[in-house]
Amino acid sequence: MEFVDGRFELREIQKLEGHTDRVWSLAWNPATGVAGIPSVFASCSGDKTVRIWEQSHPAASWECKAVLEETHTRTVRSCAWSPSGKFLATGSFDATIAIWENVGGDFECVSTLEGHENEVKSVSWNASGTLLATCGRDKTVWIWEVLPGNEFECAAVLQGHTQDVKMVQWHPTVDVLFSCSYDNSIKIWADEGDDDDFVCVQTLDEPSNGHTSTVWALSFNSSGDKMVTCSDDLTLKIWGTDLERMHSGDGYAPWRHLCTIAGYHDRTIFSVHWSREGIIASGAADDAIRFFVEDNEKDGLVDGPKYKLLLKEEKAHEMDVNSVQWSPGEKRLLASASDDGTIKIWELASVPY
Amino acid sequence: MTLGLINANPVVHAKKERVARTEDPHGDDAVDPLEIYDILFEFFLSVLSEESITVDDKLGRILITFTPTIQHCSMATVIGLCLRVKLKHCFPPHYKVDIKVSPGSHANEESVNKQLNDKERVAAALENPNLRQLVDECLYSSEL
Repeated sequence: MEFVDGRFELREIQKLEGHTDRVWSLAWNPATGVAGIPSVFASCSGDKTVRIWEQSHPAASWECKAVLEETHTRTVRSCAWSPSGKFLATGSFDATIAIWENVGGDFECVSTLEGHENEVKSVSWNASGTLLATCGRDKTVWIWEVLPGNEFECAAVLQGHTQDVKMVQWHPTVDVLFSCSYDNSIKIWADEGDDDDFVCVQTLDEPSNGHTSTVWALSFNSSGDKMVTCSDDLTLKIWGTDLERMHSGDGYAPWRHLCTIAGYHDRTIFSVHWSREGIIASGAADDAIRFFVEDNEKDGLVDGPKYKLLLKEEKAHEMDVNSVQWSPGEKRLLASASDDGTIKIWELASVPY
Repeated sequence: MTLGLINANPVVHAKKERVARTEDPHGDDAVDPLEIYDILFEFFLSVLSEESITVDDKLGRILITFTPTIQHCSMATVIGLCLRVKLKHCFPPHYKVDIKVSPGSHANEESVNKQLNDKERVAAALENPNLRQLVDECLYSSEL
């Protein structure tokens, strides 16, 4: 898609209040917001609760439909829907992961996963919903196999990071896992043989043009051949791989640094999310939300891709922006979560000349 | 556990005389570094000097640098936590606070600074009952 000639504006659609502490993270239900199904998302907070927000019909505003509480005893740091949208996984500073099942609109905690020594910081389902990855301050990444009857079996405990692991994210099409850490690196984990053993196949760190401080989050473009990472070093970095090679044979192909987006942020970047049509949104500790797109006005491909700032919303929230997430629907809707305790829904709209 | 056990014989500094100010140079709503110093002075007599506080009112940012009394002071991160909690109670929530140890004042300067400014680790630490109790004791004893 060509963004160079377009003009955009960011419209605040709704501000959602309800959490009584900072909102750390949010996740859109991938089975909603499409084909006329009203969209649903979950948010989690320092108030130890998870909230489910739902539209009554596709054009309506969002309302809080459920508060999931009295399960986690400390901050709920992260939440993720299974691909079918039937299950929600939540990771908490109480060292547990809860699995919630949507039973006719009611959410029941059907499983609690214990094993991490302390704070769990992120949860992620693979594309088929058969594996769940978790990570935390104990420097480990866990892979859980989803078994019938809401059973979860630990399939691997991956050690390699030297500091707490901030986020885990599965690749969108291949069962390769990515983790990023307080140790400034991104690690790539793949199952290379027939023995079902995940091993670290690559580390993207400072010597490989990587980040120089904590890496907080990562996101893939829609085809999965590019990844964006964000950091406390105030930069976004774009990484690329050979997708054909990734899909053939062993499922892993090396990733390399393509470019660094620097000079736009002046406080920690906590969240980054790549939209289906190629717009990168970032949320940072300077209360702003920024949008970047690939800049096609460049002199050939010698230097690799370049990205330019499409739009910046200066005071998107009154405090740090912790999470930005594009909705799965047709409209360019973005949800943001903040230390100010609110969630905002935005529409990135084209403006006619 | 109290601070006294870690540093049983602290060097006690005399409270500095302040330059009397007849008018506020920043206007009524501005935050004065002296105000912050007053809030924190009571609290950690020997770890802060007035020069170590910078305020950018326009951007709403506060930078505190402090000098731990011992080079290997394991309490540096706890002192940093206390400073953060104390400031949080005194200033509008949108103020951005950065806390650092002064250059050369701590053996693990870089790692202490990184930890003190990672808000996720700060949030987790303040939910830890033992650490929370320690911080509350520090703040309480400083208010006596």
